[in-house]
Amino acid sequence: MSPIGKAFPRKEGRKKVTGKALYVDDLSFPGMLHGVTVRSPSPRGRITKISFEGDIPWDEFTVVTAKDIPGANYVALILNDQPYLAADFVNHPEEPILLLAHRDKYLLEEARRNVRIEIEEQPAIFNLEDSLARKEIIWGEDNVFKKYLVDKGNVDEVWANADFIVEGEYETGAQEQLYIENNGAIAIANADKGVTVWGSMQCPYYVHKALVKLFDLPEEKIRIIQTETGGGFGGKEEYPSLIAGHAALLAWKSGKPVKMIYDRAEDMVATTKRHPSRTRHKTAVTKDGKLLAVEIDFVIDGGAYCTLSPVVLSRGTIHSAGPYVCPNVRIHSRAVATNVPPHGAFRGFGAPQSIFALERHMDKVARTVGLTPEEFRRRNFIHEGETTATSQVIRERVDMDQLLTRALQLSNYHEKRERFARENAESNGRFRKKRGVGFATFMHGAGFTGSGEVYLQSVVSAEATVEGVVRILAASTEIGQGTNTIFSQIASEALGLDVDLIEIVQPDTAHVPNSGPTVASRTSMVVGKLVESAVTGLKQTLIGSSLLPHEYGQSEFKRACAEYIARFGSLKTSSTYQPPPNVHWDDEKYQGDAYGAYAWAVYVAEVSFDELTYAAHVEDFVALQEVGRVLNPVLAAGQIEGGVAQAIGFTLFENVVWKDGRMANNQMTNYIIPTPVDIPPIRVYFEENPYAYGPGGAKGIGELPMDGAAPAILNALENATGVSFNEIPLLPETLMVKLL
Amino acid sequence: MRAFIPNYQLTTPASLAEALTLLESEPGVWKPFAGGTDLMVLLEAGRLAHRNYINIWGLNELRGIEATDTHVTLGALTTYTEVQTNPILRREFPMLCQAASETGGLAIQNRGTLGGNIVNASPAADSPPALLAYDAEIELVSNRGSRWLPYQGFHTGYKQMHIDPDELLARIRLPRNTAGLTHYYRKVGTRKAQAISKVCFAAVGKTGQGKLMETRIVVGSVAPIVVRCVQTEAALRGQRPDEETIAAACASLVREISPIDDIRSTAKYRLQVAKNLLADFLATLRT
Ligand SMILES: Cc1cc2nc3c(=O)[nH]c(=O)nc-3n(C[C@H](O)[C@H](O)[C@H](O)COP(=O)(O)OP(=O)(O)OC[C@H]3O[C@@H](n4cnc5c(N)ncnc54)[C@H](O)[C@@H]3O)c2cc1C
Repeated sequence: MSPIGKAFPRKEGRKKVTGKALYVDDLSFPGMLHGVTVRSPSPRGRITKISFEGDIPWDEFTVVTAKDIPGANYVALILNDQPYLAADFVNHPEEPILLLAHRDKYLLEEARRNVRIEIEEQPAIFNLEDSLARKEIIWGEDNVFKKYLVDKGNVDEVWANADFIVEGEYETGAQEQLYIENNGAIAIANADKGVTVWGSMQCPYYVHKALVKLFDLPEEKIRIIQTETGGGFGGKEEYPSLIAGHAALLAWKSGKPVKMIYDRAEDMVATTKRHPSRTRHKTAVTKDGKLLAVEIDFVIDGGAYCTLSPVVLSRGTIHSAGPYVCPNVRIHSRAVATNVPPHGAFRGFGAPQSIFALERHMDKVARTVGLTPEEFRRRNFIHEGETTATSQVIRERVDMDQLLTRALQLSNYHEKRERFARENAESNGRFRKKRGVGFATFMHGAGFTGSGEVYLQSVVSAEATVEGVVRILAASTEIGQGTNTIFSQIASEALGLDVDLIEIVQPDTAHVPNSGPTVASRTSMVVGKLVESAVTGLKQTLIGSSLLPHEYGQSEFKRACAEYIARFGSLKTSSTYQPPPNVHWDDEKYQGDAYGAYAWAVYVAEVSFDELTYAAHVEDFVALQEVGRVLNPVLAAGQIEGGVAQAIGFTLFENVVWKDGRMANNQMTNYIIPTPVDIPPIRVYFEENPYAYGPGGAKGIGELPMDGAAPAILNALENATGVSFNEIPLLPETLMVKLL
Repeated sequence: MRAFIPNYQLTTPASLAEALTLLESEPGVWKPFAGGTDLMVLLEAGRLAHRNYINIWGLNELRGIEATDTHVTLGALTTYTEVQTNPILRREFPMLCQAASETGGLAIQNRGTLGGNIVNASPAADSPPALLAYDAEIELVSNRGSRWLPYQGFHTGYKQMHIDPDELLARIRLPRNTAGLTHYYRKVGTRKAQAISKVCFAAVGKTGQGKLMETRIVVGSVAPIVVRCVQTEAALRGQRPDEETIAAACASLVREISPIDDIRSTAKYRLQVAKNLLADFLATLRT
């Protein structure tokens, strides 16, 4: 019986619900100190003075400044422009300047309040418009971290003869990841043994790479161990390199283990958020609704340092033209600097921003041409053999028409459209609830963009024990999404063994190979495939050495492992990433096969709008997607439900209130995420079309559900109210102003 | 936890008398700590200015809900859960039960108290609008004795109120005169649950021969204190709740409240929604 497609319970679930799972804050070491960060009070300027005040026994404290850094003072990532500790100039509020450690964590907070930092302020800029306008040059020569140009055909030749040209501008705001467990790390560091860090993280090898530079130590002297991690959503992709480095610097100087755990207020005010964006569309269409030319200007606000902005921008750029065919496409995109804490990875990674713009714009174009949103899209959907904006030929079977038909049926779209139009027109002189339905059609590429996976060269190992247990060694992390369970199912399928005989080894850079970061919907599809080939290698080794017949049972496998290990000492195999055939990507021209595979989806939202309070509420939600083969239906549905809920937050609730570059509402009381009663039943449906190069036929799904809800909801709100909204988050206050 | 814990003291008296003696002996030094649901948030954030607290949670003298023919009396330590499960309150004071059911989540409802909600004096608190609309009275006790005063007028400005440093809020009393009233309560928060009010509206009204005999209208989150809109009530008396009356009432309401922009909403929104709620309330009295 194949374990693929079965709802196995979460491998670590029992440990988590019984409180036995150990998160970083549950760990303690003898003599351990606590560490805190003293941060910049100003958005931009020169540090002129640091004083240690108050009635504090300062001589008991370990104090670390930029001068104490043994290696390079930057977080090694892409451009290496972000310092671990600002030495003399700060570029955003809450930028780390100084570190303190002490045994007593209460006294430590009192001490933190008594460090006074004086800054000679310089003019700062806080939004992408000011950055583009170069109101102040705050980064490089032009405030631009990165730009891309995607050019297919020639849009310039089209405008003059087009039947319609439709333009639009769309904006999205910052969003906080709000994982349950805040960022945290514990470090032990000394010149003799090197640096060991335990922490909550998505990508142990990112932290490893950063700490090698920070301490200027050989790779084997840095060891990173992922502890049980309470969610990430991208918020623990690049940030843990910073907090791990800080804890390690304090440990290095004090000679003692140091624990650093952010509280919610610090995590929200200081760590990364989703990049705010602005997208402009200019679209040429024929009178019968065929796309002729698409020109897109996509800008994201990267914050004060580059961090991952080029990669976020890349994914946003490539997804900005969606699942449509158009002979002429030009996408110009930029990531720009502002004096706010660096924005970073967040589920969807740029795609939710550009897809929001596109799917709102598609409704606008449809209206201009005089077609329904449905018919207009049908006339432009991409099919097998056609090319995307980057001229990637779609080689898999894709049937957006059928997906759309099914999603509209499942949601009763046509009946509701007609009924709501009638009901919304009726009036009894009281405040009403108006209703509407809308949808979005989109795709999401799984795995690293372009040649990313080839550069990563990910490796997974598998090792058998004498008891016939197969241990999977990978740096891919379980962060609540189900890595452990999915890897076990894949290995179990490939070996024909019970899932209980598969063990997932805790990611520890001293023991596991680098299977790449846990990001980009790549863990099941890309790393899972490596798990499959690594364990297949084990099986073949046993068969090849004649210890195991081709057809075998569990006890035969166990005997064979024991025998092999008795004879040869150990049984271990590794598998390295091989790209699927015929995948080509041109990094210069930004043309070619952007992703190995795409998941395809249609999301339909029904909303109500309350005339009394101006609040929009999502009443019903249908999420239909084609994701290859579903490996575990409960985990897959969980990903979709969670992603849609998070996307509803992004659309209608989550508003980062900025005050001079600092988040002013950095508490859960005032940064509003939806509760269960704020989200509708989320009805999840899958269409299965196995992907030849994914394990068991699977494609990635982790980020997909973040993409479609925002435009579907705003399309539905336009249907309900007759007014077009092009900015999110869309709060009742804004709805009121537009509707009064 | 950002607070420096050694700076704080919490003492647990054995009786109300002991608590009052402590309050009297060092005026202003001690403050009550009831459910702690407001205080603990400040402590965690390192923003709790006052340092010495008397734990009153165990004082049974401040608990219980009792009814006589004329009044229902609630101890200051009455929790939101107790409010919601009391049959008399559910029947005669539904807005208080609704406020309780929309306050925080279950944990807060089990621990948060009416007395704490009143003395914490947030203009965004959700029970005060209902209590004011029901003409509540409150009892303050000290070693000097006990005094009853109308709740209306107790708060005088932002976090300002008529309570002396040696006094505890002991009881809240509601006159049982709600028969025949229409009750209208609506909390407009930042989301459907676990939310702080952006506008909170509580009103009762009665009509006779198509005219408004009596209304009591209270709005929260629109001024430094929760506002009983007495001028608007006066303007409505004897009128028919028609479009013209509603427009006039809204105009009067605007003069009685003074909402502001803050982290949760805008003055403009609060004003408009308060008017909408008033209009909606009056419309319910039309038939
Ligand atoms: C997660 C969360 C959600 C919340 N949601 C809501 C909500 O939806 N609506 C709402 O209105 N509130 C809400 N609150 C606020 C809080 O729960 C209420 O105000 C609660 O009623 C406070 O009561 P308490 O007993 O916990 O007060 P405490 O925190 O113990 O005290 C609050 C203040 O009142 C004083 N005090 C308490 N009792 C007395 C007394 N008998 N005599 C004199 N002074 C006294 C204290 O000295 C202190 O200054 C929420 C709080 C949290 C943490």
